[in-house]
Amino acid sequence: MNATLPSDQTRGRANAVNEAACERMRPTEDEHVTSTADRAVDVLFLYSKDMNIYGDFGNLLTIRRRLALYGYDARLHFYNPGDDWPDHVDLILGGGGQDLGQKMICEDLSARADSLRSLVRAGTPALVVCGLYQLFGHFFESIDGTRMEGIGIFDAYTIGQADRLIGNVVEQSSQFGEIIGYENHSGQTFLEEGATPLGEVDRESMGNNGVDRTEGARAFNAIGTYLHGSLLPKNPLVADFLIRTAIERRYGRFAPKQIEEQRRELQLLDDLAQRARSVAAHRPR
Amino acid sequence: MNHLAGIEVAGQEFPWFIELGAWGLNKTDLQSDERPNETDDAQRISGGMPWYAPLTPAVGKLIRSMIRLTRHGGSALPGKIIEAIDPGFLRRTLNRLPYGVVLVSGTNGKTTTTRMVSTMLQEMGLDVFTNPTGSNFTRGIVSSLLAEIGLDGRLHADIAVLELDEAYAVHFVRHVSPRYSLLLNVMRDQLDRFGEIDTTARLLGQVAEATTGTIVLNREDGRIRRLAAHADTGVAVRYFGLADELRSYFPSDDEMYAWATTETARAQNSKASADQSATESNSPSSSDLPAADVVLADVEDHRASFIICGTRITTQVALEGIYNVYNAAAALAMAETVIEKTIGHPDAQDLAVALSHVTPAFGRGEIIQIETGPVELVLVKNPMGFRLSLQSFAAAAHKTMIAICDQYADGRDMSWLWDVDFRSLRETGVAMVSGDRAWDMALRLGYDGVCVAQTDPDLESAVERFVMADAGIPKRIFCTYTSMLRVRAKLSHMTDVADAGVGR
Repeated sequence: MNATLPSDQTRGRANAVNEAACERMRPTEDEHVTSTADRAVDVLFLYSKDMNIYGDFGNLLTIRRRLALYGYDARLHFYNPGDDWPDHVDLILGGGGQDLGQKMICEDLSARADSLRSLVRAGTPALVVCGLYQLFGHFFESIDGTRMEGIGIFDAYTIGQADRLIGNVVEQSSQFGEIIGYENHSGQTFLEEGATPLGEVDRESMGNNGVDRTEGARAFNAIGTYLHGSLLPKNPLVADFLIRTAIERRYGRFAPKQIEEQRRELQLLDDLAQRARSVAAHRPR
Repeated sequence: MNHLAGIEVAGQEFPWFIELGAWGLNKTDLQSDERPNETDDAQRISGGMPWYAPLTPAVGKLIRSMIRLTRHGGSALPGKIIEAIDPGFLRRTLNRLPYGVVLVSGTNGKTTTTRMVSTMLQEMGLDVFTNPTGSNFTRGIVSSLLAEIGLDGRLHADIAVLELDEAYAVHFVRHVSPRYSLLLNVMRDQLDRFGEIDTTARLLGQVAEATTGTIVLNREDGRIRRLAAHADTGVAVRYFGLADELRSYFPSDDEMYAWATTETARAQNSKASADQSATESNSPSSSDLPAADVVLADVEDHRASFIICGTRITTQVALEGIYNVYNAAAALAMAETVIEKTIGHPDAQDLAVALSHVTPAFGRGEIIQIETGPVELVLVKNPMGFRLSLQSFAAAAHKTMIAICDQYADGRDMSWLWDVDFRSLRETGVAMVSGDRAWDMALRLGYDGVCVAQTDPDLESAVERFVMADAGIPKRIFCTYTSMLRVRAKLSHMTDVADAGVGR
């Protein structure tokens, strides 16, 4: 058998990540993080047990790794019903779940509503995806008529429907430019008068409800969205907005402390994200 | 002649995928898509059949030959035609089997388990009809029936052992009530098709309800264990399970979040979070679970010990990966049940010997020899399967490639890659990343600190470069379903690759 080797040109195009890059890809998070208290960032992951579907942990991983590469120390708090509420929260993350998971956390969420509302109103950055986005609105009425009360951070409500809205999403946001992800939800969310969406969907993406082209919601520094994918790895601008806001609120200013290796590694992750984004933007729905 | 001609012409246009596509047009509404049409129902209620039914076998065989002659590929097409013109064919043919039908379904391990059950029953002396790898939709089964039946419409077999996709299993049981069902697991997979894991569990609940003899369930999977409630009166429920010591190798889907918590515990060296993750990943001990007919007790390199109805048996296994060995426990439980209910007196030792003869199904740890050395193909379809594969196939001493495509059969959503923990690849790195979504995969590895030497979305050129480099070092390719077909097709240009069983 004769193998035809690809031309140098082909190889040049393909080998965007070369051997030299490999050396820098060794994990640096543990070695170079300054673990002192003045670099700590407290990250709250809401309902990690029941609300983590569709890769929402990717968002947590992204926040944690990027914080480390900026020279900050992520202190993760996994919160589940009945757990103690952390003393300090700089950044809130929450994911999607199954209908059942959503019902299970509902009661606990309403017990924590005041804490969450005051955090968000004080400007704490938050990203809630899918199921928790719905419950950060006023209510979710499922198709069988069951009504789950939300905590009203977003002026939005959600109505269940028989057909799920599923597929790749590209949306345009005035703050973040093009946001890329994947939606999979049965609830149709409607924003109330005066509420701000996160963005407007392109092409055949459905977004909040498949009708008004809006996707997600914004309130203070909180972002609600239907986008999995995971969202943050492929949308580093959103990740950096959350990180920067959290740090500015806690320490007054965002002051990355990086060695060259960390800077290069962050650059490499952003290059990979850029390539993954341009492919994802053109995949079938 | 090239064994893989059927597949290779194909790429994305391979007729089998047209089947999938046609089925998937209405993917947001499984129910209506799955509902048999009214003519079909009327015929079944009246017990009638079209006047030309006696001709169906001949017509079907003719269609099959014509399709083969035109080298059109696609094992499902004749089945699709026959399903349309004689919808009662499947039911009539399978209902004549003296020992009925064994249905195997679940998220992970259907193909390997079906292969094991069939092999064991054959070695115990039964004449077994089974569907070939990959055609786990009803029309695939109809197609393979057409190949096997006589012109009188009779299938010369004692029993059928059939692998069915979760959604098609529901469609199937509306036509044929299985005498035995083996339900393996429910994990997050193809959520773009099924929506939720609980929806998938409900589909399998309908299979349990339709079963007339014995249901064999995985007692370690809560969603499967609870299906016992769906058993009809008089239907027996049996279980297979794991010894307490092995349970930590099989986190349930609900424990997927555990990696994040353990990582945090380590990073922060915090006692509180360490304690928390320890309690959370603990499963109930066997004392809280129903008794199992077959328990996987111990796994070493290519050897496994099972406790079969109280007797401990140790046997060789040709299968790779602890999860395949656990599927063997499932297969043993089912084979034992069938033998007991049919020819009687199952012998645990004989079953174990039969099990030791089972070889991996295509793409499930299958090894293809090419001139530069062995290339091992590992199919990865969902986060738990990928995690278990990474755990089972040690990265050391291999060159690793990962190929991720997002065709309909693979699932369009890339979110699942973020539920896999790739840190076990940090030591060796990954030599090549490819497929439609190569850059998503490279990004995923980047966030886990795994070094990627090359990324090339062009799968065929990537495979060639990967396998031709580093002669003498064994290669391993983790690939999604359609990437697997393309990788095999590419390798078939380089060497003789056995028929995948899906192309022709």
